[in-house]
Order: sequence, then C-alpha cells, then structure tokens
Amino acid sequence: MSNELEYLSRRVAAGKLNRRDFLGRAAALGVSAAFANTLLAGAAKAEGPVKGGVLKAGLQGGESSNVLDPALNLSQVNFNFGKCWGEMLVELNPDGTLENRIAESVGSSDDAKTWTMKIRKGIEFHNGKTVSPQDVVATLERHSDAKSKSAALGILQGIDKMAVNGDEVVITLKDPNADFPYLMADYHLVIQPNGGKDDPNAGISAGPYKVTVNEPGVRYGGEKFANYWQGDKIGHAAQVEIIVINDATARTAALQGGQVNMINRVEPKIVDLVKRVPGVTIQAVSGKGFYPFNMFCDTAPFDSNDLRMALKLAMDRDEMLEKILRGYGKVGNDIPVNEAYPLFPTDLEQRKFDPEKAAEFYKKSGHSGSILLRTSDVAFPGAVDAAQLYQQSCAKAGIKIEIKREPGDGYWSEVWNKQPFSLSYWGGRPTQDQMYSTAYISSADWNDTRFKRPEFDKMVLAARGELEQDKRKKMYGDIAMVMRDEGGLIVPFFNQYIDASGKGVEGWVSNPAQEMCGGYALSICWLAA
Amino acid sequence: MSSPILKLIAQRIALGLLLLFAVSVLIFVGTQILPGDVAQSILGQSATAESLANLREALGLNDPAYIRYFKWLGGILTGNLGTALSSGQDIASAIGGRLWNTLFLAFWAAVVSVPLAIGLGLLAVRYRNGFVDKLISGLALASTSLPEFFIGYLLVYFFAVQWQIFPGISTVYDGMPFLERMKAIALPATALTLVVLAHMMRMTRAAILNVMQSAYIETAELKGLSPFEIIRKHAFPNAIAPVVNVVMLNLAYLIVGVVVVEVIFVYPGMGQYLVDHVAKRDVPVVQAVGLIFAAVYITLNIIADIAAILANPRLRHPK
Repeated sequence: MSNELEYLSRRVAAGKLNRRDFLGRAAALGVSAAFANTLLAGAAKAEGPVKGGVLKAGLQGGESSNVLDPALNLSQVNFNFGKCWGEMLVELNPDGTLENRIAESVGSSDDAKTWTMKIRKGIEFHNGKTVSPQDVVATLERHSDAKSKSAALGILQGIDKMAVNGDEVVITLKDPNADFPYLMADYHLVIQPNGGKDDPNAGISAGPYKVTVNEPGVRYGGEKFANYWQGDKIGHAAQVEIIVINDATARTAALQGGQVNMINRVEPKIVDLVKRVPGVTIQAVSGKGFYPFNMFCDTAPFDSNDLRMALKLAMDRDEMLEKILRGYGKVGNDIPVNEAYPLFPTDLEQRKFDPEKAAEFYKKSGHSGSILLRTSDVAFPGAVDAAQLYQQSCAKAGIKIEIKREPGDGYWSEVWNKQPFSLSYWGGRPTQDQMYSTAYISSADWNDTRFKRPEFDKMVLAARGELEQDKRKKMYGDIAMVMRDEGGLIVPFFNQYIDASGKGVEGWVSNPAQEMCGGYALSICWLAA
Repeated sequence: MSSPILKLIAQRIALGLLLLFAVSVLIFVGTQILPGDVAQSILGQSATAESLANLREALGLNDPAYIRYFKWLGGILTGNLGTALSSGQDIASAIGGRLWNTLFLAFWAAVVSVPLAIGLGLLAVRYRNGFVDKLISGLALASTSLPEFFIGYLLVYFFAVQWQIFPGISTVYDGMPFLERMKAIALPATALTLVVLAHMMRMTRAAILNVMQSAYIETAELKGLSPFEIIRKHAFPNAIAPVVNVVMLNLAYLIVGVVVVEVIFVYPGMGQYLVDHVAKRDVPVVQAVGLIFAAVYITLNIIADIAAILANPRLRHPK
C-alpha cells in the first residue's frame, strides 16, 4: 500500500495527477488526509526546488533611514537583504559548523595565532569583476579601521596584520584565537569589490541575487545573478522581494492575504491564532538571544554575592517563560550562552525557583528595604510585564522589588549599562568566546554587569587559544560555573525566532543562528508549483 | 477685482510667511531639546565611546546651536534641505517621492470625501430632523468615533484577508501602473474618508442650517422655490466660508495626520518617514519634514481665509 501511495505522490509532484485525485485514492487506501498531505509535501521536496517565480518576504525591522552598507547593518531587513546580495568568506550552518564560501579553505598555525584563508578562484562580483584576495583584505581593512563605524569593528580588533600571499590571505592575530573562522561569519563582513571603500552603499557583492530595488523602509528587490558561483544550489526564485512591514498585525494580514510568502517576528501571543490559518506554517527555532536582568557587581547592594544569589533564586523561570514568551523559548541558567553554541557545556545543573533558599541568602546578605529595578518596553517585548512577574516571585521570598518604568527614548543611553539593576536583551554571538569577551571580561566596553575578575578574564583568554576541542569544552564548563554562581546576570529565558511561511513555500531549514533560516529564507526556499 | 481684496490677500500671505519663519525657529528649538543624542541613537545599544566620538565629529554636531540654525535656514532658502544624518542621503530627493505619495493618497481621499461629505450634509439639511438626517449623522459620527487603527484593521480583515478584494498592504513604488496604484490605496483612502467624513458633513449641515434661519430663506420659501433650490441658490453660497474652513482643516489632516493609517497599511508616505527619523534623532530630516508640514497647514489655512474673503459679498463689492 505504502509503495502505491508513494508512487502516486510522486506523480502529483511531477504534475501528472492532481491533488484531489490523490487524496481520494489515499482515502480509498485507508489513509488519513493529514498523513496523505504530509506525503505530498515530502514528495514535493524530493522532487527538488522549483525554479523561477517571485518570492516575497514581509519583514519587521526596516526604516527609511537605512543604507545598504553592510558595515552599518543593524536591523532585520538589512540583515536579510544582505544575505540575498552579499557573499561571505564562511557561513554558519544550521548545525553550528562552518561552510566555506569565498574562502575555499581555512587553516591555522599550531598556536591559533596565524590564520590562512585560501580564496576560491573564479567567483564573480555582480559588476563582472572577479573576487580577489585583495578585495577580501580591503573588506577586512574597512571594517577594522579604528575610525570605522562598522558594527564589526569590535570583533576585528584582535587582528594584528593582514597580507596577501598568492591566492591566500594570511592574518596574524595579537592573541591566539581558535574561534577566528567563526568571526568571519559575522553578517557585516560581506565581501565587496575593493572592500567597499569606493562606494560602500553600492550593494555589489557575489551573492545569489543582484540588487534591483533599494527603497529604504519600503521595499527591496533582487533578481537572480546569472553568474552566481554556486549556480542553482541556492537562489531558486527568479526574483526576491522584501516588503518592510513593521506593524505586526499588518504583517500577519499580508501573509494571510497572500501578498507575501513569509514573515518574521510573529508575536508569541498570537502564534496560536496564526497556526490555525490554513496554509500558514509557524517556523520557530531556539536561538542565542536572551533577555537578561543585569546587576552591577561593583555597586551596592549588588556587590554582595549573597544578595545576587537571592535574586537569582527568586526568579520563577518556568512561570516567566509561560507568561511572557507563551512557551516559545527555553529557560535560562544565569549564563549568557546555551545549546545553540558550539562546545556548550551540557552538564550544568539547571537553577530553579526556590523562595526559601532565596530568603536565606537574602537574610545572609543583610540587605533591607526595597530594590529598584528599571524596565522599559524597548528592553524586550513584554519587559514591563516580566518585571512585574519578577516582583511577585521575589515577594514570595520576602524580597521587595520596586519597579521604575523608564521611557523607551534614551533607554540605551541613560539606563542600560548606566543603572545598577535593569532589563536588557542580547542577540547572541557566533561563539561562546565572543559572548563572554563582548560583555563579561574586565576590559569589555559593554560589561553591563560590571563583572570584573582577573581570574575569570584569564580563563576566557585561555579557552580562546585552545585548539583541542574536548579540553576547550571542559574549560567552557568551568567558565559557565563561575558566571552562574558569581556573575551579575539573571537569565530567565532564551527566546525563539518565530517566523511564518505561507502557502506553497518549500525548502525551509531553520537555523538557530538567526531568524528566517539564518537570513537565507529567500535564497533557499521556493514556491511549490 | 479691486484693491481692498488684493491688499487683504497680500496681508494674509505676508502673515503666513512670518508665521512660517516663527515655526522654523520653534522646530529648531524643539529638535534641540529632544533628549538623547543623534550619534547614540544611530549606533544604539552597541555604541562605544570611540565610535560615538567618531560619528559625532563626522556629523558636525560640535558646532553651537545658533550657527547650525542659520546654516540650516540659509540652506532651505536656497532649496537645499541638507543630508540625512543617519543615511547620508539627500533629504530633498528622499522626501520628494514620499511627499508625492502622501499627496497622492490625500488627493484621492479628498476627491472621495469632500463631495461625499458636502452632499450628505446637503441631504441632511433637506431632510433635517427626519430619518435620513439621523441615519447620515449617526453613521458618520460612528465612523469618526472609531479610532482610525480600528477602522484600518476592520477594512484589512474584511477586504484583504476574508474576501481578498484589495491588498492589505499598500506598498506603492515608482513606475507602478496607475490602476494597480489605485487598487493599493483603496483601503487607506477609505479609512481616511471615514475618519474625516463626519466633521465636514456635520459642519456643512450646521452652517447651512444656520443660514436657513434667515428671513430671506423664508422669502424664498414663500416664493415657492423647492427645498433643494433654496439650499443650492440661497443657503449654500452664504455658508461657503465656514464649509471651506472645515474642508481645508480636514485636507491638512489628510496630509499631516496620517501616520497611523500609513503604519497600518505600510504606505510609504511622509508620516512614516518622519517617525523613523525622530526615533533616530535625525534632526535635519525632522526639521525639514516639520517645516513642510507647517507650510502645508499654513498654505491651506491661507486658502481658506482667501476663499472666505472672496465668498463674502461685502468684500467682493465694496462701496
């Protein structure tokens, strides 16, 4: 029976049998309609991508003030469009490994200080020029210039010097860094002709789509680049279009009405409603983003580790996850990393809500009176509600929290990283080392918990230079333990990227690195005929 | 046309220009006292002291305020609105397309709403205090009382999602065929019409009713004219001034007050452009848009004034 069904489903996919007849025959064979539909979808996938057509995405996170320069890309729309037209040295796979793109191979010296990237031959830019090692070096130079406004400046600061050697780019670092290839996957580092030094906003790289429409805050369009170096491997649609839809309701309506084929940022509170719409599939994936409660470890009363521990134990993570994210996330463990990172130490004990123990620690800390917590709508969606929930769970442990709701305007300049106890968000980084180095070592600009421990810095530095994987994983376990038990960070949960795809969209592969299949949704999906 | 009228009109225009100048000062001062800092807003959460200093210098934010004001005013008088801080684009060319979109939507909303409102107003006067009058007033007031985002979502729900007659998002672009463009703006234009309808309709009704109390209307009735003739020939011409006033007020609203409707329908107009740049502290853009909005308001008000003057027979035919 199953053989016959499979045969029939392939006939449907090949267009030789219509869907209704197929379902009829499936029913005759005693198969439920749901299962028959699943079979059909599988057959469509096996049949291979459908080429051509126009694929449209309705995305949140675009403003009329945006530019194409990858160095200045901060919001979702530019990120997604960048993946359409841009090409990278290496790219992060859904399983956390790296795929070589413009770099044909990447190797390092034994001390992880000198890295050599062989540049693939014969890759063509949209303007007809060939990608050369010089273009790669120029790109890295532009982003790592001290005067640069590039958002990738921070991660490139470790570069000491760069040189071209034949078809190779040789990079020498100031300190050993085993994660260097991962840094090259940063989405700002789109390889541009002469590094984009001539015109950073030209929108020219070697990605699957050429830029045809660039209307900031309104829409973007691309057409398949005929000489794309990977040919038909990705970039199935003939044209892609991004429509900027910042309003959540409008975005959902556009997907329902069929004006776009996929959307990002479905709000957790409406996911269950969107699920019921025929043809729409919710695409949720756990990512690296999290919503922290930050305490300054060097400011009273948070300089007492007993008080910090009390506040950590007074967090009811399960309730928080259920009420704020409607379950679309995973509880945190007071460390800034999770399973989505390579080499994540999986054997850590999960911290649980324990009002009695919290009360004990609170008493031990000797603190009395209320504790001021600052929050705002812009910290993360639901941040004000989260603060109130936390206030209630703290009350169960006898800890009094006073909430101050700050205006969204100026929250990032006046409150975050300035006030001793506030809510914030982090989008995650490619590697654990990046996350710790960005915000939790003494010298970090964004040390938003004022966690300054020379021993801890040394541990992070040592793990960074270790090339032996097992040893490194163990080191990250030790680092996480220090962070979890002594840090100024409370992590109630990690959030999920919740996207949705519409009728006929095939080929979706979720990527924990970022939303919309890591930004490649428009390139790897296709519309079933 | 005689000189008193010309003089009056010239006065109005001069006053308008003066007002515009005063507004420019207000806008400039207002944008200076916004909390926060452009460089900080552009770089967001990920700003370092170093990159902040770099950006601030590149943007020329270190000059004193009055120097920046006169530089700005001088630029505007020579037709140069400056460049956007956040994107480095020329503001005039960026605004051009958006202003055109806003005017396009406002124009079609006005084409539908103004005759409709005045027609309904006349109809309500003709059947005053009867069923028709109450029905018209009731529906118009109901549509005005609903917040515009709610009207917008209702329209989207029925026309875009349920019946799929019109698109729910109104993205328009250069080179879009006219009919498609009209289809795209159908829903936002309808929403705007519903929002402004009642105000104009009620005002028309009230103004004409006011005139209807006059003795000469009674005379016209006694002459045996039909009710519509009376309204058309005797009442309406004398009610033009207040009606024009309220129409202009609503036209101005159609241009400068449509932010919510633009956001709901994702329409690339001025409102969205302004909001994006306020959020980014992109002061030159905010100033330019503010000034354009002020100019629109003042111009429409001058037109209303002039229309009122021209509609007044005592001014048209001086002794």
